[in-house]
Amino acid sequence: MNVDRMKKLLQQAVPPVKDELERDLWPAMLRRMDRTAAPAFGFNWAWFDAALAIGVATLAAFFPVSIPLLLYYL
Amino acid sequence: MQNELSDVLNLFRLGDADAFEMLFHEHQRAVYVWILRIVRNPAAAEDLTIESFWRIHRAYARFEPERGFDGWARRIATRAALDWLRTQKQENELSSEVCAELAAPAEADPAVSAEIRLKIAQAFGRLPPKLRIAATLAVIEEQPQKDVAASLGISVAAVKLRVYRALRLLRKELERQGITP
Repeated sequence: MNVDRMKKLLQQAVPPVKDELERDLWPAMLRRMDRTAAPAFGFNWAWFDAALAIGVATLAAFFPVSIPLLLYYL
Repeated sequence: MQNELSDVLNLFRLGDADAFEMLFHEHQRAVYVWILRIVRNPAAAEDLTIESFWRIHRAYARFEPERGFDGWARRIATRAALDWLRTQKQENELSSEVCAELAAPAEADPAVSAEIRLKIAQAFGRLPPKLRIAATLAVIEEQPQKDVAASLGISVAAVKLRVYRALRLLRKELERQGITP
């Protein structure tokens, strides 16, 4: 395969991008941060984290043999 | 000046909101252009710039100031762009943009017709996103392979391999359509 020929063809078919950002995206960024800072229904993932931690602790307590395995995957 | 930058990076590492805002204003254009090069869609590039900075904002604790912000941000942006490409219907991404530019591309070879250029662009749009990103950045946008490798989290040799595979697949697809490159 002639790699240079293919490169040239590709460059002609898909020209490089020359556009620039035309507006400040900070207001949109703030909206995104606000939206995520106020979770719907007063729910957040801390519950999931806590449940996961309890699950892991329970597993370790009842099956101590699993501790090295858990440590390996940490 | 160098100390100021270092202070901002260290403050960001500690979760300082003002430092994040400063970094956003300083890097939003570079991140946007990098993403635009990959997705080639200005509206999507704006959304993905926001998404990338959102990921950056959440990952501040993993940031290593001594390694610099540019490369880290570019890597996160590349990942966001790759996620987006994977969700898109393959052919739609290039055809509309390319059709507009095919009429009179700046340095077009007169021996290659507009129809063939369109077929190449469409075939390129059907390549697997991982190969397409590497070829887009390294071949079309002519970015240094070192930067492409860093942004994709792979070695320079792997970038070269992906580019080669992309071009080979492209050639096979064109041959299947009766076009001999």
